[in-house]
Amino acid sequence: MHKTPPILSRRDLLSVGVGAVIVSASPLRSFAAQADLDRAQKELFGDRPVTEGRVALTLPPIAENGYSVPLSVDIESPMTDQDYVKRVAILSPRNPLPLIAQFQFTPQSGRARVDARIRMSGTQSIQAIAEMNDGSLWSGSRETVVTLAACVVL
Amino acid sequence: MASIRLAVPETARVDEIVEVKALIRHPMESGHRRGSRGEVIPRDIITRFECRYAGALVFAGDFHPGIAANPLITFHVRATRSGDLEFTWTDQHGESWSESATLTVT
Repeated sequence: MHKTPPILSRRDLLSVGVGAVIVSASPLRSFAAQADLDRAQKELFGDRPVTEGRVALTLPPIAENGYSVPLSVDIESPMTDQDYVKRVAILSPRNPLPLIAQFQFTPQSGRARVDARIRMSGTQSIQAIAEMNDGSLWSGSRETVVTLAACVVL
Repeated sequence: MASIRLAVPETARVDEIVEVKALIRHPMESGHRRGSRGEVIPRDIITRFECRYAGALVFAGDFHPGIAANPLITFHVRATRSGDLEFTWTDQHGESWSESATLTVT
């Protein structure tokens, strides 16, 4: 009897496996994450241009675990009735949900700074986009190396 | 549940910008975790934080699962007159908790 060759040989399977590893390790994934972040930004601020600057983020350079990472966002603004920061959005390119939090300020805030503790699922560059009362958008970012990601340990 | 800790100075000079800290005990369950039997632990988070100074909203936050458990928020308030600072947290089910502190402006 003629023996038909198996549809998927061991070699085929192996190459598929290797290919899968290469795809999952390639920057394609981070492109997808960047697309999520861009979508979140569009939902929040539309297509308005964002200028880099005026927003300073402070994060530890290395976080031992992503469960609770201290974040500080400081936005340059006189915080007067004529010129103040309306809101700031904290965005992550790698968390399951790109939007971490949004904070609203008023001229009564006196200073446009907020500190919070965030979750980070892995090494990434956290981004903050601030909206001024004149509608202009400003951004800043900071990279943190996370040795133990929040979604793994939790 | 919900034990709240506030750090608000008792007194401030007019136009002084004071630092305010507000903490609430809450698991901020993200909805991404699984239990020991592989079941998804449902999301349970605080979604809104507000601070009112003498009745007017001065600072607010919209929280998502990326905010860590027991959220501690530090922000600033410009002291203009004596009054209460009222802090309110509301969870995704609509339940809310409040606490206030008095700021005396001299």
